[in-house]
Amino acid sequence: MSVGTVERQASVPPALSASDWHAEPGGGLRAFADENAVLMGRWFSRLRRERLSLATTLAQPVLWLLLFGHLFSGMTSAAVLPGVDYLTFMTAGAVVMTIYNASINSGVELLFDRETGFLERMMVAPINRLSLVVSRFAYVLLVSSAQSVLILAMAYALGVRVATGLGGIAMILAVGVLFGIGLVSVSMILAFSIKRHGEFFTLIGFMALPLIFLSSALAPTSVMPPWMRALAQLNPMTYAVDATRSLVIYGWDWTLVGAMIAALLAFDVVTLVGASLVLRRGLS
Amino acid sequence: MDTEPDAIAIAVADLEKRFGQTEAVRGISFTVSQGEIFGLLGPNGAGKTTTIKILLSLLRPSGGRATVAGFDVVAQGPALRTAIGWVPQDITLDPLLTGRENLLLQAGIHHLPRGQRQDRVAELLQLIELTDAAERIVRTYSGGMKKRLDLAMGLIHRPRVLFLDEPTLGLDVHTRHRLWEYIETFRDMGTTILVTTHYLEEADALCDRIAIIDEGRIRDMGTPDELKLRHGRESIRLEIASDGAAANEVDGALQKALSARPEILGVYAQPAGFWLDVSSHADAVPAVLQAADQAGVAIKSIVCQRPSLDDVFLHLTGYSLRDRVQGGRVA
Repeated sequence: MSVGTVERQASVPPALSASDWHAEPGGGLRAFADENAVLMGRWFSRLRRERLSLATTLAQPVLWLLLFGHLFSGMTSAAVLPGVDYLTFMTAGAVVMTIYNASINSGVELLFDRETGFLERMMVAPINRLSLVVSRFAYVLLVSSAQSVLILAMAYALGVRVATGLGGIAMILAVGVLFGIGLVSVSMILAFSIKRHGEFFTLIGFMALPLIFLSSALAPTSVMPPWMRALAQLNPMTYAVDATRSLVIYGWDWTLVGAMIAALLAFDVVTLVGASLVLRRGLS
Repeated sequence: MDTEPDAIAIAVADLEKRFGQTEAVRGISFTVSQGEIFGLLGPNGAGKTTTIKILLSLLRPSGGRATVAGFDVVAQGPALRTAIGWVPQDITLDPLLTGRENLLLQAGIHHLPRGQRQDRVAELLQLIELTDAAERIVRTYSGGMKKRLDLAMGLIHRPRVLFLDEPTLGLDVHTRHRLWEYIETFRDMGTTILVTTHYLEEADALCDRIAIIDEGRIRDMGTPDELKLRHGRESIRLEIASDGAAANEVDGALQKALSARPEILGVYAQPAGFWLDVSSHADAVPAVLQAADQAGVAIKSIVCQRPSLDDVFLHLTGYSLRDRVQGGRVA
């Protein structure tokens, strides 16, 4: 476009029909589903476009499995893991740590939206403001479930057989979703109580190491010193890992899986209540 | 309500907003009729953006009440949000989506019928002349392109009431004129527009009515002409034929003669003449001619200046918008 009166004339907008004013009123289940689909579409559009981020999203879990699995396989003794190779042991850890990474960082996009004002722009639309959060939950849980499937496929290629079969894989995904819900909630709490994204990343980075090492992700709690074991038993990551690991290695142990799921549900309830308190302030 | 000519689109009564100890808005009241372009003018920190955010249901007022398109901004937020559009002061787009995706997102969260979204987006892209750039990521857009897309984001759902917060700030003259053409198109369709702007000529030319706001209060309100009549002064720019050596003496004599006339309120020396504040052009021009005659000065030109909105602004807020870059309060 260039300057000039001829251009000015060309820019006179086409006639718009004034008959169909403004938006449909929001509300109702259909509108809720529609706006969540639209908002999730935003994240998928971005994922598709960011090739690098898509590649790392897919490659990272595989690296976890390959590097950790093979590095530690020579260092473990049969006394610690009777009858189980470290790769099989590590599969559960790789699945859970991948979910951890995807979920705990998930709130930062909403923090970016807060910083840029995009969140306010969306809050002026006739949507249920809860959808801004629900769509993010759904997206993150879908992506991390897909990653979990990828890890299990990779593990299969390396000779790991899930003892509980396809039903077990479905249960592993369910455990992952329960773990993810709590973590996304924690991430939302951070995103809406921290002012700047730099602090968000600092805090997340700081939390990762103790959370992973004070869990059964890398080593069974039985080899830990008592103080570590006590802390690991309070760590939700341990519940997710123990449930997943028993499904991979030992078969259906309903007592254990049931207990771990109950613990994860408690984790979800606590964090969801916390998130709803923070979000009520942040989104009203 | 879209067919009634005198329907009230925005009604604000005794609106207040406090942030802790700070009173951002201190009891303002105004109404905007449907189809009007209403300007909110004031220095930075006057309470303009806070007022807009209350009307958008983004902030809760501390006192008073307001309705937009007939909906109460506190009690009827969800219904209100079907009727309003907003173009924020800063460009607010998702830089990682394409132009088309940004608009589709906006169309989607406004629940336009699924079958209409693509068409509506295409129509708007054409309107803002971004059809060719529609599949490019917004991060690669120029400032002007982003601003046009940002405006389209606020218009996609054809809001009944549109809020524009400094829509042309930082744009070149050409793009500014274009944006105003778009905005007028929507006004012609019956959209009510509340706008804040720093450009007084712009407000003068396009706003039907203006409220001057300062320190959270409305100082005065009316059509641009009414405000100028009430607060502006007419002035005269007088150019005199310079006369070599005797120039200074002659100028002094003229200045004295001009100052003596009651029709002339202020005399300010300029490089080749004088700037005069006057009660009215009709009374002052004869007075100027007589004074020149008296002083024996030949007049080269007389230019009558109508009062400007800048005078009004200066009078009501103590700020000159032209000087505002330095942030100085003049009076």
